[in-house]
Amino acid sequence: MAKAPTKSKSSKSNSKMKRDEALKFYRDMLLIRRFEERAGQLYGMGKIAGFCHLYIGQEAVVTGMQACLKDGDQIVTGYRDHGHMLACDMDPKGVMAELTGRADGYSKGKGGSMHMFSKEKNFYGGHGIVGAQVPIGTGLGFSNRYKETDNVCVTFFGDGAANQGQIYESFNMASLWDLPVVYVIENNQYAMGTSVARASAETELYKRGISFEIEGEEVDGMDVYAVKEAGEKAIKYARSGKGPYILEMKTYRYRGHSMSDPAKYRKREEVDDIRTHHDPIDGLKARIIEADLTSEDDLKDLDKEIKALVKEAADFSLDSPEPDPSELWTDVLREVESA
Amino acid sequence: MSIDVLMPALSPTMEEGTLSKWLKKEGDTISSGDVIAEIETDKATMEVEAVDEGTLAKIIVPEGTEGVKVNSVIARLAEEGEDVSDVDDAPAPAEGGSASGDAEDADESESETAADTDAGDDAEEAPPEPEVSTLKDPRVPEGTSFVDTSLRDALRDAMAEEMRRDETVFVMGEEVAEYQGAYKVTRELLQEFGPKRVVDTPITEHGFAGLGVGAAFGGLRPVVEFMTFNFAMQAIDQIINSAAKTLYMSGGQMGCPIVFRGPNGAAARVGAQHSQDYSSWYAHVPGLKVVAPYDAADAKGLLKAAIRDPNPVIFLEHELLYGESFPVPDLEDYVLPIGKARVRRPGNDVTLVAHSRMVGFALQAAEKLAEDGIDAEVVDLRSLRPLDTDTVVESVKKTNRIVTCEEGWRFMGVGAEICATVMHEAFDYLDAPPTRVYQKDVPLPYAANLEALSLPGTADIIEAAKKVCYV
Repeated sequence: MAKAPTKSKSSKSNSKMKRDEALKFYRDMLLIRRFEERAGQLYGMGKIAGFCHLYIGQEAVVTGMQACLKDGDQIVTGYRDHGHMLACDMDPKGVMAELTGRADGYSKGKGGSMHMFSKEKNFYGGHGIVGAQVPIGTGLGFSNRYKETDNVCVTFFGDGAANQGQIYESFNMASLWDLPVVYVIENNQYAMGTSVARASAETELYKRGISFEIEGEEVDGMDVYAVKEAGEKAIKYARSGKGPYILEMKTYRYRGHSMSDPAKYRKREEVDDIRTHHDPIDGLKARIIEADLTSEDDLKDLDKEIKALVKEAADFSLDSPEPDPSELWTDVLREVESA
Repeated sequence: MSIDVLMPALSPTMEEGTLSKWLKKEGDTISSGDVIAEIETDKATMEVEAVDEGTLAKIIVPEGTEGVKVNSVIARLAEEGEDVSDVDDAPAPAEGGSASGDAEDADESESETAADTDAGDDAEEAPPEPEVSTLKDPRVPEGTSFVDTSLRDALRDAMAEEMRRDETVFVMGEEVAEYQGAYKVTRELLQEFGPKRVVDTPITEHGFAGLGVGAAFGGLRPVVEFMTFNFAMQAIDQIINSAAKTLYMSGGQMGCPIVFRGPNGAAARVGAQHSQDYSSWYAHVPGLKVVAPYDAADAKGLLKAAIRDPNPVIFLEHELLYGESFPVPDLEDYVLPIGKARVRRPGNDVTLVAHSRMVGFALQAAEKLAEDGIDAEVVDLRSLRPLDTDTVVESVKKTNRIVTCEEGWRFMGVGAEICATVMHEAFDYLDAPPTRVYQKDVPLPYAANLEALSLPGTADIIEAAKKVCYV
């Protein structure tokens, strides 16, 4: 019997908002927003090169999901990964220095925007091939099961990756073996320049697990509380040994696919409408004020603090030296320990 | 302190563009993320978003201006509390701008490195490639008994011993558990280690190769069996892009201790899609180790080493050798170094270099050549990456002639690499052009006679050896 996928509603009630949590969400999302704006600017100045995919607009997804995790849970994602790294508490300085290709970057400047990792923070990348992180995340779930921990791997991918075959190979094995994996589809509506409707026979991506007996749910990915609520349910399910779960986060990216995408495949009005009416940060700010959790002035101070933090990261990333030429030859292989 | 708004680049190669339109006018309030202008290059039109907040005090480059240099100041913002009229409207030099308004800091950092790095031509010369250390096979003590073992069982014994030794080692693949292995290489592993550590997968190569990589990142040591390496083509993205490259891309953080193993090369009469030698494909890739043993003792010792290796190892077996028996030393823990060739037959007249099943043909050829008075030395490469070029070059310095033998195609093949190395390292020692034996440059045919014509064998090696010896 196929389990029925469901659509969840946005969380509308402000009555249960806790001050600390609300401010943490606000702070975390704002950090991602400001960081990405600065990264975009440094790209424009030629300080960041190559591909640079910004997360602006999607902040609520990773921020809400991160709030559901406990020690030892892993996350893995594709190439739009800066937000995920900041959300799992990686140092903005190290992330920005990797973007500028410097020695103090998380990958010593050898990975770049799409290839960063932090074993310490359980962030497993940062993968540049569309969809490749999905079997990898499934394998991390497999390792949790093997080691008999109750940890869960949250595996993020986009609406574009949702059409890759390896996603379904992964779904099949994860469900067959009840692996502790939560698949988070960040549906930002466009795979590069192709809308979901033009690429997907079934546009309701949360239903993509039906053939594999995986429960799925659609979530308002612009509402951090809705994300957290759905995330807690999905992670509890996976943690309890029942197997994988799919969350489709309906979200939106404000910027082009990458920095060099002029985004001509959509109208400016469409972007403006989302920014004006559905922005995850403005939305949370209004709710914080409405619930009287803090004052506008306090939020302004927070804005300043974030701005300073991001400026510090940017300065650090420009001051850090390029990697030593000897680094060319390191990290290709690990040394074999002698017996 | 006013904030400069700079002409952005749409791509790393863009040097200038047209400022086609201002969407904000002087006196407008600007928030982070507001679209303030549009710029154009010959390739695209793009919106310029504000990073900073304030009031648009001065537009320095009017709309419609062509040839605006990247990083030149196009406008200035007055910060909150700053009087718009205090903002300087003098155009600033192109490279002097600042991201943040804190001009001094930015200038300093800019002059050092990043701005000039795309030049590339004055880049420092790369340091020399580190030398490979000298590896040695472990000494087999005198009096050690040797047990005739099939290649199949030697591989199984290697996996079983390593699984007993290390709880994190597990085997996965198609038909590895209940069926006992499509070629019975995993026979009785399920009985000893149970379904948790001997995992039957669906037919889903890309998926389980990637799952294995994830498990390795997660601290396990997977041994992933491909029913044959032909099917690993479905999974090659995960092998190359995920397993081989991640250690480097993570600056050394994320190792991937995984073995991909299975039969490689021609079987018998199974046609082109089931009969390909992938030696040169994998050996091409930095970040992988590639092993291709010939006999059972090497297979056992090298598979044990591969499972212990902290890197991804491609372990190429040969279906037509699985049933052949070879003496294997009866030692408790026989582990061989990856990256060390073995001289299987010493000789003085010509060097025959081979790996995997071709070693057997080379040894047969050497016996026949001896009857004609040609004393051939047979070097079994055993590992293709790292490649033990020292042993090959030393041999050529002695024999002055070389024939490379591989089951794969000649074009861009293993032999090409070895010949190039020999010509570079031992050019003055050569008495004949290095010569290659290989599969004919066609997909492997099914018909018995055509298949035999296509595949290299003993006769081809003899012919090539005689040619380089000019007899």
